[in-house]
Formats: sequence, structure tokens, C-alpha cells
Amino acid sequence: MKKKSAIDPRNLPILVTLALFVVMFGAGSFAFIGFFSLQNFLNLFIDNAYLLILAVGMTFVIVSGGIDLSVGSMLALSTMIASSLLEKSHLDPILVIPIVLLAGTAFGFFMGYLIHAFDLPPFIITLAGLYLARGLCYVVSIDTIGITNGFWERAAHAQVIIFDKNFLSPSAVIALVVVLVGLFVARYTGFGRNVYAIGGSEQSAVLMGLPVGRTKVAIYALSGFCSALAGIVFTFYTLSGYALDGKGMELDTIASVVIGGTLLTGGFGSVFGSMLGVLVYGTIQVLIVFQGTLNSWWTRIAIGFLVFVFCVLQRAFDVRAARSAAHQASASATATASAPAGG
Amino acid sequence: MKASKSSSGSIVWPLIALAALLLFNLFFTPNFFKIEIIDGHLFGNVIDIIKNAAPIAILAVGLTLVIATHGIDISVGSVVAISAGVVAMLIGGDLKGEPKYPIVVAMAAAVLVSTLAGMWNGALVSRIGMQPIIATLILFVAGRGIAMVTTNAMVVWLYAKPFALLGQGYWLGLPFSIYIVAFLVLMTALVTRKTAIGLFIEAVGINPTAARFAGINAKNILFWVYAFSGFCAGISGLVVCSTVMSADGNNAGNLFELNAILAVVLGGTSLNGGKFYLMGSMVGALIIQTLTTTIYAFNVPPEISQVVMAIFVYAVSLLQSGKFREKVSLLFRSKEVEA
Repeated sequence: MKKKSAIDPRNLPILVTLALFVVMFGAGSFAFIGFFSLQNFLNLFIDNAYLLILAVGMTFVIVSGGIDLSVGSMLALSTMIASSLLEKSHLDPILVIPIVLLAGTAFGFFMGYLIHAFDLPPFIITLAGLYLARGLCYVVSIDTIGITNGFWERAAHAQVIIFDKNFLSPSAVIALVVVLVGLFVARYTGFGRNVYAIGGSEQSAVLMGLPVGRTKVAIYALSGFCSALAGIVFTFYTLSGYALDGKGMELDTIASVVIGGTLLTGGFGSVFGSMLGVLVYGTIQVLIVFQGTLNSWWTRIAIGFLVFVFCVLQRAFDVRAARSAAHQASASATATASAPAGG
Repeated sequence: MKASKSSSGSIVWPLIALAALLLFNLFFTPNFFKIEIIDGHLFGNVIDIIKNAAPIAILAVGLTLVIATHGIDISVGSVVAISAGVVAMLIGGDLKGEPKYPIVVAMAAAVLVSTLAGMWNGALVSRIGMQPIIATLILFVAGRGIAMVTTNAMVVWLYAKPFALLGQGYWLGLPFSIYIVAFLVLMTALVTRKTAIGLFIEAVGINPTAARFAGINAKNILFWVYAFSGFCAGISGLVVCSTVMSADGNNAGNLFELNAILAVVLGGTSLNGGKFYLMGSMVGALIIQTLTTTIYAFNVPPEISQVVMAIFVYAVSLLQSGKFREKVSLLFRSKEVEA
């Protein structure tokens, strides 16, 4: 790639997302009294902790060129397993949390294995996973299960003071830790580099002798783990398990990741960008709440519009990078060409 | 997505799956094949299956062509909700059943809006060159919002009797929606198989660059295929709205995109594009509905039916997977050697 400008073109999508976030937060601060505060900023992390965790897992999946549609259902299944183990089996949280995390990881592993071992399309396998997890929710219970466990209640109401009276919730702290770990894994581990290599060109990755199969299975297991963790965090908000939790959340997650500059064609993207994507998503929601008269459905329209703008931007970069005429061919070809690495 | 020799490319597999399901019902579900005539209308499980499969089958017609171009349209469920919302708002919830605008006008408007939605997808894919899954993701996310804003976030109930014909009515003893599906499939089959258009679509799906060099206007083919998918979603929305005589922006068409894509894939059309089987997709839609009805017949709570559905999808995907068949045949061969 030509390096004419001082800014690395690979970082451009993230900078655009960052600028967008600053502009939106700034606009809110000017338009509404009480919008601009550290706490309001921290609230973005508190309110979207589960989305942040899902987005980290999804980033790895999408960078590898796959997709995971099961995350919303898996989140719901985790809330169901956690609440029923706590309330019906009266297990200790020390046991419940590992069991839920293990269940999510196993579920992801299972899907990853099918995708890798039998060469099946991720779209269909995780779509079936969406049905499977949602159906299993109802096997656990059709009604809402309330959680009265002391540990859970403390986790729901605890405040981690950051500065003065501004605080984060334990959920938000967990989410930030996940983001940091995600950043580290993506950049500084062999696994992370393999993920980018597979997304760039799976064939090349195989020819380079990278452990493609193992990595692919691990990616989906990781996404399953993140979904389970997000499910636990979600129960900290709702203090209940409900089979309809997280409906449509898979697409909110994908939208956040896309807004964060990750290419759905694979090979390019970053965990940090996905975090910014979630923050943008959260800011839109807060703006609509502050605005007051628009109904909450405008959030979805706004998100759709943003995804549109970002995809057009990405296309513009792509087209400049590789002036290929044919459309679908260029869509996959540019992903391969601009693949080598990402933030 | 990688190219793989996954589907066997014939209608045999889906037909075997459907036959197996029906055979299972023949033995284990009492009166499954019983058909009664009440008031000159045919009633029975089999008729119900065909009738209830209509909305998904209609979507599958459009999606088959989209998937044949190596594309995907995940916005159809949201477009169904938009179509239902538009037609419901134009007919209006008058308790005496007096439509606000003539029903035909309302229906035409809903289909027009849906086709425009499809054209939007088509423009993004063919002109801007976006990946189909992202391009349609936009409308998937925003569409449900648009549907909710159209109906002011309320469920609109309709009382205009004539409109009920589409989803609930009967004609010559059969549910009217069957004729809609049949007409749509017939016209699509005629246009794609009796002219070169079907070949063009497959050519674009195999290699758009090569198709362009061969003199095919790949951009226009892509554009109109997505527009047609939007059109189908519009029709499907009308049927859905008419069946329940209400429009619920939040729930109308929920998960339809998944079911419809499933129907197409079950029908033998590979997600890698290049070949399509319209009749296969129809069999796929019937399989999905038969499975649902079978599960209900066993008094399994409808929510849990999703588990059975998922297991079914895994089974069919595995059967279609070349790698799986290889492994199984290797397994048998090694056993023979041992013996």
C-alpha cells in the first residue's frame, strides 16, 4: 500500500469511528444540559458491558472471515443456566460461574468443530446454533427465574469508584478487562496473528503451515466463552434469567463491530475499534433518551444508517486500494490484498 | 466463504428428507393425512402445511435467485414487517371494516415500498459493491425500526373483510395463498428457465468478472435480483398481515430470513452460488413447515421445537457436506478391510 499520508491507512477506519464518537458525544453535550459528565461517559461502559464482551468475541470471528449468529441466544441460555443453577439447584456462585462459562465454550467449540471438520458454512451452523440455544432456554424454563443470591445482588449494586463520585459497575470492569485481554491476544499472541492470517487468506494460511483448523475451532470456542460471560454480566443487570433475553443482540453486536471498522470480509479489524463501535452504539441510545420525543426504535434506524455510512467509507478505501472493476471479485480480492495485519 | 463441493445439486436429497418426515408421520401421527371437506373447503394437516408454508415459500423464491448470484438477503424479515405495516396503515383499523384507501391501492403501495427496499439493497450490492451480507444487514437493522415508526410502535388490527382473502381465504376449495405461491413460482420458473436470464444469474454467481467479459451486465442482474427479493418480501408481508389481520412491526416476519434461507439451502441451492433449484427451495419450505407441524402434533411446546429444528439443520448440513460423506465412506471402507 502506498504511504503518502502521515496516517497509516490501516488506522483510518478507527480514527473515523473515534471522530464520530467525539462528535456525537460533543453534540449531545452542547444540546442537552447534564449530558457532558464523566459519569455519563462511564455509564456507556456500565450500560453496554455485555455488548462490549460480545463484541470482543465477535471481532475475532469476523476478522477470521466467519460469522457467529448464535451469541444473542447463547447469552440468553447462559442467563437461564445461571439462574436455574442458583435458584433451583442452590449451587454456590463459585461453581455456577465456571459451569456457565464452560457450557458456552463447549457450545462454541461444537459449532467451530462442525465448521472446520466438515467444511460447513459458518452462517448456517451458527444460525442453527441460534435456534438450538434459544430452544434450550425453554427446556430450562419457560418462565422468568429471579435471582436472589447474595453474591449476585452485591455484584449488581456494587460501585467501583474511579474518580471523585464517579463509578463503574463490576460488570463494566469485567468488560474492560475483556477488552484489554482481547487487545493483547489479537496483537501479541500467535493465536491472534493466525486469526488475521486466516481472515486474509485461508488458503495462504494453510500453505504457510499455520494451524488453521485448531485456530478456527478456538475462535468459535472463544466467541462462545464471551457469550457466556456476557450472559453472566447480563444477569447482574436483570437479576433474572429469561428465555427472551438478548433477542436480536447478535446483529447489534455485528453492527457495533462493523462500525468499529472491522471488515466483514475478514482479515482486517481491531478489538479497540469494536469497543469504539459499542460506545457509538451506546451514545446513540443515550442521545435518543435525552431527546425524549423520538421513540426508541429510532436507535435501530440510526444504527442502520451508521452501518451504511461505514460500509460506504470502507468501500471507498477499498476501491482506492485496488482498482478492480468487477464487483464481487473485487470485494473478496481487496480483502485479501489489504489483509496482512490490522490494529 | 470458500468454494466447496457441498451440495449434490439435485432435488433428490430434499425430497428424501420430506418423504422421511411424511413417512414418520404416517406411522406415528394419527390422522395426519386425513383430509375433510367442510363448506366446500379442504381441511387437514397436509393442507395446513402447504398454507402455512406460503410466507416462507414466497420469500424463498426471491432468495433462491439472490443466493444463486453468491449473495444473501438477510433483510427480508424486516421488509415483511415494513410491508405489513404499510398495508395496515393504509387500510386503517376502522372497526366497521371501511378501508381508508382502496385495498388494492394499499396492497400495491406496500409491494412498491418493499420493492424499493429491495432496490436499495440491489444498489448497495451492485453499484457500491458492498458485500451482500453487510448491505442487507443495514436494512435488517433499520427495517424493523422503520416498520415500528410506520405503525407508531403499535399493533394495528384490521377489520376490512376482503383483505382476509389473501391469508385466510379459499378459492376452488383450496387456500388462496397456495395460488399466490404457485403463480409466483410458475412465473419465476418461466422467466428464468425459458429465457437466458436464469443462465445469466448463475453465470454471475460463478464468476462475476467472467460473466461481464462474456457480455452479461452483471451489475443490472444483481440489482434486479435484489429488487425481486424485496418484491417477494412485500407479497409475503401481505399474506402474513392478512393471515393474522394485524401488523406488528416487532414480531411480523421475525426469524423469517433465517427460515427462508434455510428453505433455500435445504432445497439444494449452495450458498456459494452458481446454481439454483426453485422447486428444491419449495420442497425446503415444505420440509420446514412439516417439521414444525410434526413437532406440534407431538405436543412439544412450540418454543422447544427450535431445538429439533436446529438438530435437523445440522443433520441436513452434514449430509450435504462432501467432507462428511468422505469420512463416513472411509469409515465403512476401513471396516471392510478389517473384516
